[in-house]
Amino acid sequence: MNYGPLLFLGILLTLAGSWFGLVLTPNRQLGDLQPNVNTNTAAVYPQPLPGEASQGREIYRSMGCNYCHTQQVRPDGFGSDIQRGWGKRRSVARDYIYQKPVMLGSSRTGPDLTNIGERQPSYDWHLTHLYNPQTTSKGSIMPPYAFLFEKRKIGYEGASTNALKLSAEFAVEPGYEVVPKPEAMQLVEYLRSLKTSVDLPEAPLPKAE
Amino acid sequence: MSTPASQVVRAALSPRDTPESSDRRAELAEIDASTSGTVLLFFVAGMVWLLIGTVFALLASYKLHAPDFLNQYAWLTFGRIRTAHLNAVIYGFSAEVAVGVVLWLMCRLCRVPLMAQSVINAAAVFWNVGLTLGIGGILAGDTTGVEYLEMPKYATPILFLAFALIAVWTIVIFRFRREKHLYVSQWYILAAVLWFPWLYSTAQLLLVLEPARGTVQTAVNWWFGHNVLGLWFTPVGLAAIYYFLPKVIGRPIHSYYLSVLGFWTLALFYNWNGFHHLVGGPFPAWMITVSIVASVMMIIPVVSTAINHHFTMVGQFGKLKYSPTLRFIVFGAVSYTISSLQGVLSSVRWFSEVAHFTHHTVAHAHWGMYAFFTMTMFGSMYYILPRITQREWPSERLISLHFWCTAVGIILYVAPLSYGGWLQGKAMMDATTPFLEVVKITLPWLKFRTLTGLLLAVGHLAFFANLIWILARRFGPYRQPEPMILASVTPTVPIGK
Repeated sequence: MNYGPLLFLGILLTLAGSWFGLVLTPNRQLGDLQPNVNTNTAAVYPQPLPGEASQGREIYRSMGCNYCHTQQVRPDGFGSDIQRGWGKRRSVARDYIYQKPVMLGSSRTGPDLTNIGERQPSYDWHLTHLYNPQTTSKGSIMPPYAFLFEKRKIGYEGASTNALKLSAEFAVEPGYEVVPKPEAMQLVEYLRSLKTSVDLPEAPLPKAE
Repeated sequence: MSTPASQVVRAALSPRDTPESSDRRAELAEIDASTSGTVLLFFVAGMVWLLIGTVFALLASYKLHAPDFLNQYAWLTFGRIRTAHLNAVIYGFSAEVAVGVVLWLMCRLCRVPLMAQSVINAAAVFWNVGLTLGIGGILAGDTTGVEYLEMPKYATPILFLAFALIAVWTIVIFRFRREKHLYVSQWYILAAVLWFPWLYSTAQLLLVLEPARGTVQTAVNWWFGHNVLGLWFTPVGLAAIYYFLPKVIGRPIHSYYLSVLGFWTLALFYNWNGFHHLVGGPFPAWMITVSIVASVMMIIPVVSTAINHHFTMVGQFGKLKYSPTLRFIVFGAVSYTISSLQGVLSSVRWFSEVAHFTHHTVAHAHWGMYAFFTMTMFGSMYYILPRITQREWPSERLISLHFWCTAVGIILYVAPLSYGGWLQGKAMMDATTPFLEVVKITLPWLKFRTLTGLLLAVGHLAFFANLIWILARRFGPYRQPEPMILASVTPTVPIGK
């Protein structure tokens, strides 16, 4: 192998192989996926995220939440995702068509969040959990996101309506309250928007018993 | 051939040198001297990034079992610190040291001095400016959210430009080679510098600049993510092993044909491996299966390379006692075999089902990037630095400390965390185990990992101290013609007691 041009050619051709096979071909197969229109209800799925949730998604990305939380439900019989209640059906490519970037995640240091909006619809739960995960999940190793909240003195009008309802153990000193900054609200809107229990032709929901 | 460096070498030639071998040595010294400033720039910058990356690593590791530690500001949150760690050690330390090794090896093997160093020096500056912007951007929250490509788009074009310069210059060196024979290391280096810009530009285009639709992004992401290891770091690491192993022990590589087989099968199969990261994900089955098949095929290049290296070393293992280069390189070569075969296992569906989303994967990544690649680069730097600075390593004790801390450290990092990750995966498979119980199972392993991280950090500091020392010794004794610790005949000063 002392012939330079042959070496070059081989090097370029080998990578061209997988570039064609693993970049171009998936793009041909999945790159034009359209939302599904339910033939009975005319409901369209998936939908682009509404404004506030989509801002929340930016917070999710910027904090690196995707390094500990996946957003993909494995098929029934492969892992225990469905038994754990992380989803009613497996995730499919169509679920992600509007996402930029797609954050499937590769580690489950924390639980999967594909359907966290179905499992935990409560604002209060999400807010106190983000403020300090120990409030709702004792023993969690998720870091607190207290910097997305503001601790302030309670004014003349009394406590704010959006102040966190913290139990005695986590309460701040009397006369003070903790309120979410806009970023915290956006993040919660995003988390609450995460729901995929929609019937798709390629991934039907299990029939109700 | 009459630069000061070569005169020094001529003056200090060993009595055993013949006129022919002294000419050869003088030529090498001349070439080494031409690469000196540039290679030093890459090595020193790389080592600074290693220290920065180590600090981020320790913080991230500690935070994982002490979540309340340092959380006042967004930039200190785990998701950002962890990502800053990854980018600092991959694109800062590993890539920069790799470029230093690539340039030095290429010049030596082509028998041409490094020409127009300022071009490459400019690339080094661009690279570091891009990195600083990129990692600063990650800490500020501008991450792209794409694994292994987190640096924001105001940083990546600078990085691409820098790398393109490096790649072009490496090819220019190759073009003007004076040595007709092409050595294995040159194949790997050429491949690496041609593959990486292609991978990086495709990934940037389809993920960051003009994102593809939906999960196609994830596909491109892992095509890139696996190939940056397989087609950039692995070839550079193997090029170094193929060069230094025979060089230090003074024997040729066992089999030319095994080298050819290893190279072309790696080129053929490795770049199809990426989708084994998608097992169980929302993708057509063919995509995943094709990558699992390619991953299993990797047994061919890995085993043929391992046999080749082993039979080169056979009967020479006693020399490990004396040569720091050999120690690190052999450690790296053995780790390459083990981690690659473990990677084959990890790619298979039944194994992936348990281990994929766990700390087992983190352990595997460190097996490849640290136990194989980083250790190989340390070994290479032990050989190269005395030759480009014309100074011998000041402290054997620091070398010993570096080797034992990193070798023991990484074994204690990888093996227990792999096992802990497996337990985590097993617990996660059982839907009756509550998630917080799974978290509890991982805790002792995560804590132990922080301790091993400290050990690695001590090793890094020892090496860094020796590096600064050798640079500070500009007026110290010149390197001896018989290397201080390189025992080709008899060890003059053995390292370790």
